[in-house]
Amino acid sequence: MGADNSTASADATTGDDALLAVDEVVKAFGGLVAVDGASFDVERESITGLIGPNGAGKSTLFNCITGVHGPESGSVRLNGDEIQGLSPTEVARCGVGRTFQTPKTFRGMTVRENLAFAATNQTGERALGPLLQSGTVRSEEHEVQTRVDETLEFLELDHLADDYGSALSGGQRKLLELGRVLMMDPEIILLDEPVAGVNPSLTDDLLRRLEELNDHGRTILFIEHDMDIVMQHCDRVVVMHNGTTLASGAPDIVQNDERVVEAYLGGYA
Amino acid sequence: MALLTGWAAFVVGVATIACIYGLLTLGLNVHYGYTGLLNFGHVAFFAAGAYAAAILTMPPPSTVTNASYTVGFNLPMPWGFPVSLAAATLVGGALAALIGATSIRLGTHYLAIATFALAGVFSDVLVNEAWLTNGSFGMNSVPKPGQAALGPDRWQLAYLAFSLLSLLAVYLLVERVLDAPFGRLLKGVRESEDAAKMLGKNTTLVKLKSFVIGGMIAGFAGGVYAHYIGSVVTAQFVPQVTFTVWAAMLLGGAASNTGAVVGAVLVMTFEESTRFITTVYDWMQATLPDALSGLLPAIFGPLPNNPSFIPSMRFVIVGLLFVLVVRYRAEGLLGDPAEIEALGEEEGSE
Repeated sequence: MGADNSTASADATTGDDALLAVDEVVKAFGGLVAVDGASFDVERESITGLIGPNGAGKSTLFNCITGVHGPESGSVRLNGDEIQGLSPTEVARCGVGRTFQTPKTFRGMTVRENLAFAATNQTGERALGPLLQSGTVRSEEHEVQTRVDETLEFLELDHLADDYGSALSGGQRKLLELGRVLMMDPEIILLDEPVAGVNPSLTDDLLRRLEELNDHGRTILFIEHDMDIVMQHCDRVVVMHNGTTLASGAPDIVQNDERVVEAYLGGYA
Repeated sequence: MALLTGWAAFVVGVATIACIYGLLTLGLNVHYGYTGLLNFGHVAFFAAGAYAAAILTMPPPSTVTNASYTVGFNLPMPWGFPVSLAAATLVGGALAALIGATSIRLGTHYLAIATFALAGVFSDVLVNEAWLTNGSFGMNSVPKPGQAALGPDRWQLAYLAFSLLSLLAVYLLVERVLDAPFGRLLKGVRESEDAAKMLGKNTTLVKLKSFVIGGMIAGFAGGVYAHYIGSVVTAQFVPQVTFTVWAAMLLGGAASNTGAVVGAVLVMTFEESTRFITTVYDWMQATLPDALSGLLPAIFGPLPNNPSFIPSMRFVIVGLLFVLVVRYRAEGLLGDPAEIEALGEEEGSE
């Protein structure tokens, strides 16, 4: 597998400060090997872009990281602890927040409810909580609603707070999904094509929000097709091709890597 | 002295049954309205509660004719009554936990098939485990608490009052619990299990909890029913009960607790009052002037002179009502159309 060498050569910045470390992950569906020995690190407080042609295995790799699929082999570490093979719920509780390529908005709930749902450790979520600990539930809920208001304001969704999820546009749904992840207060945010299908003005908005989050110390890993966006907004880029990670490093270094140009960027020129 | 005659007795009877169906519908609403669980075996929890109450309070087998059951705990009234209802609630919940543990991971219509089938299995168990349930004979000496002291008529009224209070109490309890973050948790799982998992929620456990809560409410309804009717027979607990409750919930509006109660009252009133169609028909025929006497038979055709014709038609009409509500007013009378727009759809279909 050539992934090892190439990663090492193109990767100038990997340090000990990796928040997420993906190592030699393999995932096959029957005879089809979707991810074939992918390895890369995501540094703390960085924005990392995961790029690659269609079918390169990006979304499958996301699914391996977030517990949707258990990988055949290889490891995924968060803060040094192995998280591969855990269920999606457990991975999320470890501090991995994730959005979907097609947003899974709670359509029959208001925007406010969508966000409040995602708050963690709510006493009121226990069936008997509202009956036995109504004081705690009330004060926690007050806190949750305050955070919902902040998130709404940050994403400029406040005017839609009481609208149902089904009434939102595609772009607004992506924002709402990002908001839900923020309500979890995760250690790392994984975004699957956060701006695909979003109109240009909202795209800029969304990217600004991501940079702002990053400025506040959030670690972000996102899948994106638009090279300009990746080159402009990412601290580091990971390139996938045929299930393996071809190269990773700073955007300008990766951009000039021959194999990358051949496998991916060349197709665009 | 008879306090209740004719219409009054009828109305009190229908109102009591409507309260019991109101409880059943509140339970199903937790399952489907809030959590999106397609439970087509609701009657099993109802039956479990009714049988639990009966077994705890039936007199010993030696005192009952045709007894093939071997255990009757004969709890003394009145204190046996709350114990019996509590047991009915717990047994309903326990059955829901059992069925839920095996099938709650199934999505949408797969769960519907599994619950329908398991309710059928449970019904067979009730028929065949005669040592416990007295088989298809049923348990026909379930005590009616307080009837001896109050006399039959006043007892009817008292039991109606008790049923109303029970319904109100359960309604308030359910509202309280579901108006909290717990209700939001159920709804999120209903809307998208995948998203709920990614947000760190244990969706299987959430669905199981919802299933058990609804099962407990149905079990409680079974207890109230057993002590009202005074007999518990397997023939009472047929799939028809499940679908009547579904009709009530959809008519009232899924995910609305008020709607659940209103729907149950409407459907039960409707079902019970259609008993009188033949009476009304005959009365109209008799009161119409001779010149018009050919009119009714011309419009409706002569009703088949079969005593089971009208009762059977009621099922057809309830079924038709079901179809009409789903087709023309999917949100029901009190449901929120925006909330239940996508209810029951498979995930990811937009």
